[in-house]
Amino acid sequence: MKRVDHVKASRAFIADEKHIQFHDKRLWVLRTLRDQAAHSIPEWEELRSLASGIKEHTLTHLADYLEEFERNATNNGVIVHWAKDAEEHNRIVHEILSSHSAKTLVKSKSMLTEECEMREYLEARGITVVETDLGERIQQLDHQRPAHIVVPAVHKLASDVARVFSKTLGTDPDNSDVHYLAEAQRDATRPLILNAEAGMTGCNFAVAETGGITVCTNEGNADLSANVPPLHIASIGIEKVIPKLEHLGVFIRMLSRSALGSPITQYTSHFRGPRKGAEMHFVLVDNGRSARLAMDDFWYSLKCIRCGACMNTCPVYRRSSGLSYGGVYSGPIGAIINPTFDLKKYSALPFASTMNGSCTNVCPVRINIHEQIYKWRQIVAEKHELPFVKKEAMKVAGKVLSEPKLYRAAIKAADTAVAKLPRAFIYNPFNAWGKQREVPDAPEQTFRDWYLKNRKAK
Amino acid sequence: MSSRNAILASLRAAQRTPATLPDVPMFDAGLPPALDRFKETFAGMGGIWAEMPVDGDIDALIRARFLDAKVICSAVPEVTGTRRIEQVRDPHELNDVDVGVVRPRFAVAETGSIWLSEVQYQVNSLGYLSQHLVALLDPADIIGNLHHAYHRSDFFDANYAVLMSGPSATADIEGVLIRGAQGTRSLTVIPVPRTVA
Amino acid sequence: MKVALFVPCFIDAFFPDVGVATLELLERFGCDVDYPLEQTCCGQPMGNSGCEEDAAATEALFVKNFAGYDYIVAPSGSCVHHVRDHMTAVEPSAESRAVRANTYELVEFLHDVLKVDAFPWTEFPHKVGLHNSCGTLRALRTAKMSEIDEPFFSKPLSLLQKVKGIEFVMPARPDECCGFGGTFCVTEEPVSARMGYDKVRDHKQAGAEYIVSADSSCLMHQKGCSDRLGLDLKFIHIAQILNGARS
Repeated sequence: MKRVDHVKASRAFIADEKHIQFHDKRLWVLRTLRDQAAHSIPEWEELRSLASGIKEHTLTHLADYLEEFERNATNNGVIVHWAKDAEEHNRIVHEILSSHSAKTLVKSKSMLTEECEMREYLEARGITVVETDLGERIQQLDHQRPAHIVVPAVHKLASDVARVFSKTLGTDPDNSDVHYLAEAQRDATRPLILNAEAGMTGCNFAVAETGGITVCTNEGNADLSANVPPLHIASIGIEKVIPKLEHLGVFIRMLSRSALGSPITQYTSHFRGPRKGAEMHFVLVDNGRSARLAMDDFWYSLKCIRCGACMNTCPVYRRSSGLSYGGVYSGPIGAIINPTFDLKKYSALPFASTMNGSCTNVCPVRINIHEQIYKWRQIVAEKHELPFVKKEAMKVAGKVLSEPKLYRAAIKAADTAVAKLPRAFIYNPFNAWGKQREVPDAPEQTFRDWYLKNRKAK
Repeated sequence: MSSRNAILASLRAAQRTPATLPDVPMFDAGLPPALDRFKETFAGMGGIWAEMPVDGDIDALIRARFLDAKVICSAVPEVTGTRRIEQVRDPHELNDVDVGVVRPRFAVAETGSIWLSEVQYQVNSLGYLSQHLVALLDPADIIGNLHHAYHRSDFFDANYAVLMSGPSATADIEGVLIRGAQGTRSLTVIPVPRTVA
Repeated sequence: MKVALFVPCFIDAFFPDVGVATLELLERFGCDVDYPLEQTCCGQPMGNSGCEEDAAATEALFVKNFAGYDYIVAPSGSCVHHVRDHMTAVEPSAESRAVRANTYELVEFLHDVLKVDAFPWTEFPHKVGLHNSCGTLRALRTAKMSEIDEPFFSKPLSLLQKVKGIEFVMPARPDECCGFGGTFCVTEEPVSARMGYDKVRDHKQAGAEYIVSADSSCLMHQKGCSDRLGLDLKFIHIAQILNGARS
């Protein structure tokens, strides 16, 4: 697959001043709200350690917990399926829908279904898929993937949404009032929910002890999708399992505070078994997760609870937007997860980072994100997928910097170039530094020269 | 080999060194008085607190607050409404409900949440198709925090349960807060002690 | 104690005054400072580009040059972070472990080892925006991080507060990365420049005349942005202020 060009996409995003200003400010506000919420809980750092510990315990015993989850879910009357990859997930979902003659599927947000490209698969087979989450619906109608895992259309201004809705929902293209647009989507979606033969949700947490799943939304669209149609399908990444109900105390306290700075989502919904006369199906999906579990440096990313806090704090993400990462997961977590799906395609992502470490600080489950980013760079280089700097150039640098005489000659040349070359030579399209920045002045002498003149050499 | 067995085998083959499961404390030392805290957090989530009417006529209070309401569907004995939930067979029937009336099993002060399951709803869609929801909450049913909530056996007695914290909301468009995104446009809590257990 | 001065490659090349100030400052406190003449670089450019093995020879040279010293002091947080945390391409040995553990960033050294409590020769009567580089802040932990609810502390601030006449102004975003990020500054130039522009504008609107940092790489990037924008901000390394620079 072609390599995602984060730089090119970010350049275009930055060129649109209105959009980048709003995007950066809005997500910084979410970061600020997260700080306030987290700092209002004295035990926050302890909760992070507990959350991390619970996840690491579960992941290191995952097969056992999945079996317990399946056992309990089955006892509750849920039909449990297992999908080793995206294709199998889509096939299973399609089979369930077909066997119920379902033609319309309403669903709440699920990054896993995006990962599996389920919508395209089902639509190609004649099934209408309706995203009920406002942000997801905007993106679906605009034929774009979600730009952020919590606020999927955060990169859009109200005028953009007005444009999309006017073409698809028949709203007034000149009316960008947010209440008007939201009401239009509510009105358009309600009948679709009522007429749907099936509803689908994702899963934030799968509790082994109860055999049930927890889904967190602010709109209540998971509750609508699951409680109105007679068929509920839940797509569940195998890493979502936690051992006991009581562990939800830790995770639910942290999820929305990390994501949006609010103590809890408006709806925290727990699905354990079907209603009378209805059916509930769980599809447990691997799609590379068990392979990732075997990666000594990278299995920690399986702890992720999809809060988006890392995206909100990331200065690169805020200035380039999720779409520039070219995958379902973006920002810091995207940089460490996506290369497991396709190293070549996502080889630029670990370099779309200054490794400043803010993401690691806000992660509720203590994923060492910026350290994994550093380690991914080594892998990308090893596999000869370095996007910019040629390996050969690094070899040369490695040689020059390891030999004092070569090093001193290179420094002298650099200083001379800066001092002597005309401005046009330095500031040209090939000099990335000079595009938007002034180059530092060349000093009269290097430190070493000064030292030799002014101090006794030792 | 089935996908199930392939996945389980793949996980076991990863041979990750087992990590210990930490004990989770209740974090309930020094919690503020539950009722006051609930009112605060509930308001923060966009919920409306309405005091019990002096004459005890909750039907009248609802009619006064929702003047245009034609269908008031009640799942509680204290409110008659215009439709009893017991008469409802199918979730789709509740699409015309203007105001739904429920009694949560318990509430959580930390997060301003009320807990409902199919036992309280009888028809779950009452909580989501209704344009507005009114909840009669016994203040004695308010517990301190989520750790306490997730130690309750109520979760094991329900096929479906929700912690509902205010009305349906979204800020997906330019961060502008919308109440009534997909589900209820408002959630009102009235403190009403239980007469029936 | 035997102290060696490590002057990172880009400071040697472009900001020798920072190296001079660092040396003079250490000597003011009675340190007997060696400057190993065959030093070059810490290996960070290769390491951060994913080419750790290409850093091996450079790192080995670093270990060779700085073996045997009680302290190796450098006026650069990012380099010290690399030495202590990422210098893993060089064959581990008792010597390399010692060199790595004994490498200190200047502020750390002044605050934690020398425990300096006064800089009587200093005066810097200007409004100053303090920039804590991500390397010093989150890796070397020289100050409180805004993400974590920890008690306030700041080693650079506590040193600078001893400077006569200095006045601090706070930007709106106290510790957002400025966008230098090593090779990031050229490989991801659009975002890097934008981050730099935002950073210097933030300091400017807070009223800063000078931006001071313990990292010349950040300063170089921010100055480049500021000069291009015509913001009339001045940039100075903490070593220079603490060594007595008046401007």
